Amino acid sequence: MIHIGPYIEEFINWLTSNFGALFNIIKIIVISVVDSVEWVLMFPPFYIIILLVAFLAWKRTGLGVTIFTILGLTLIWAMGYWGQTMATLALILSAAFIALLMGVPMGIWAAKNPLAGKIMRPVLDLMQTMPAFVYLIPAVLFFGLGKVPGAFATIIFAMPPAVRLTTLGISQVPKEIVEATRSFGATPRQLLFKVELPLALPTILAGVNQTIMMALSMVVISAMIAAGGLGEVVLKGITQLKIGLGFEGGIAVVILAIILDRITQSFGNTKKRNIA
Amino acid sequence: MSKLKIEDLTLIFGKEKEEALTLLKQGKTKAEILKETGCTVAVKNASFNIEKGEFFVIMGLSGSGKSSLLRCLNRLIEPTSGSVILNDVNITSLGDKELQNVRKKEMAMVFQNFGLLPHRTVLENVAFGLELQDIPKEQREAKAQEVIEMVSLKGYENQNTSELSGGMQQRVGLARALANDPEILLMDEAFSALDPLIRTQMQDELIDLQEKMHKTIVFITHDLDEAIRLGDRIAIMKDGEVIQIGTPEDILTNPADEYVSSFVEKVDRKSIITAASLLFEKPTVAIFKKDGVEGSLRKMRSSGLTSLPAVSVDKHFLGFVYLKDILELKAKGHQTIEMAIVKDVPVAYPETTVEQMLPFIAENGRAVPIIDRETNKLLGIVAQTSLLIETTGTSWENVTGNSIDNLQNEVI
Repeated sequence: MIHIGPYIEEFINWLTSNFGALFNIIKIIVISVVDSVEWVLMFPPFYIIILLVAFLAWKRTGLGVTIFTILGLTLIWAMGYWGQTMATLALILSAAFIALLMGVPMGIWAAKNPLAGKIMRPVLDLMQTMPAFVYLIPAVLFFGLGKVPGAFATIIFAMPPAVRLTTLGISQVPKEIVEATRSFGATPRQLLFKVELPLALPTILAGVNQTIMMALSMVVISAMIAAGGLGEVVLKGITQLKIGLGFEGGIAVVILAIILDRITQSFGNTKKRNIA
Repeated sequence: MSKLKIEDLTLIFGKEKEEALTLLKQGKTKAEILKETGCTVAVKNASFNIEKGEFFVIMGLSGSGKSSLLRCLNRLIEPTSGSVILNDVNITSLGDKELQNVRKKEMAMVFQNFGLLPHRTVLENVAFGLELQDIPKEQREAKAQEVIEMVSLKGYENQNTSELSGGMQQRVGLARALANDPEILLMDEAFSALDPLIRTQMQDELIDLQEKMHKTIVFITHDLDEAIRLGDRIAIMKDGEVIQIGTPEDILTNPADEYVSSFVEKVDRKSIITAASLLFEKPTVAIFKKDGVEGSLRKMRSSGLTSLPAVSVDKHFLGFVYLKDILELKAKGHQTIEMAIVKDVPVAYPETTVEQMLPFIAENGRAVPIIDRETNKLLGIVAQTSLLIETTGTSWENVTGNSIDNLQNEVI
């Protein structure tokens, strides 16, 4: 029998004992991002947030989504889960933001450098398919309990689509357009910012949508390490066999998911129409 | 001085380029090199000069290496060996920055499928090259506007390029290239993606523009008709090699090998072939005053002709004399042929095309006299048969099986 486990354990322990300072810095950064977003969401009264989200929905999508947004968010508030929902939203938005901040440049790199792309591929596969619970253990070892390991696990799980779709978007830019741009004396930077990224934008935005959805799916899981939010409600329902409580939390997650999906999807779609 | 010199340019695709290059120098064929190294020789030892203001067409079928060769000129593809020299600067040895400058200032390219930016308007596309040079917005848009008017795109400035027809899109492509004010225009199958009617129209417009601009143009095409319409000179490529370079007429009249002649056969030659290349230089003539009635009759008898061009002693063209008139003069006892010379005959010049000479066939059974525009001297004649053969596109051998000289004598 071959035991890989002990080696990985050894490696994680080595990381924890040697890179404690680094993990602390990461922890401080992540917690400040999550807390600031949460503060922004919690500071104004709930109806202001509802109106703002509804306004965004109305601008980007149709009347249907707008009505759903108003009714859905009001229902969440009425059920008494406003605080948890905002905590979850803050965690998702921060994790997605950080995932994109790292994922998009990595995607660009993979598109430009075939070797980097080749190396990244199996790593991304691993990140995406490894059961999410598995991340929780080292996350807790690195960062202790709370929001930070939750965000960390969420970032790792949500980053692959950002990387993949950025790579896809850039490599889909027609060869002749790239050639034309180079033939006019564009520097690699001009090529990237004036041509490749704008043309890849719809695909990258589809990646943003997927990243946010992936992040949302981690909510309940990260509640197991005390990340809080709606996940905690669902988890309580499961552990205490409170069917009603579980469903209430679940419904709040679904409402949040639908609103986030429709709004982020709309960004990708409008741009796509211009290009086709 | 040549604007652009291409010297011994070779382009090899594949991993073992060095080895393939060595084999190529040893004189191995493309097929042998592909077998031994797995490398493809796309362009093989191309050498030619392009003059300033010249419209130079590179013609070849797909896979002949013509587009790769074009991309070596601005190094969108790096040539494996050889050099490209623009105004005495070796482009092949430039660093990134300098190369970008050459692309910005001196060479601009037009693409087969336009290569326009779909997220930008016509105006922004045309100004794109200038934007890359960091020219301020107002200035570059003013310049773009100027060029847009030149290529008849006025009124379309704020349209999205994807809403335009192919012909219009290529105007944008052309305008974008012209906005940079390049010395050299590289055009890669620029009109091949367009409908035949639009293509002809764009060709005409390009010819008009070129008359005003006098750019140096390198134009790639797979269509010999297009090459002939546009090119001052044409280079024909096959399997990565330049097999013939010459003016359209050179290529039509003296194809370098069977490959070229197989192309040439299909071309409509009427408007390209000129009298100069059909000229029969030493026709039998009646020399006025030197040849009297008897002399002329003798010449007609020995050549078997019923009409002869009449010239003065110093070769000035006077007209034609006909057998029946001469016989009449003889019967009346005249000595000179003066009264028999028919002066009112149409003449052509060396640069007159076959197409322009065709009406002469309708005249009567007579060759077309070709005279020098300035001195009025008879340079030779073009036989009617030659005109008919050029028009129908049948080769000499097929018609007569005879040598050209016999043929000329038969039909004068």
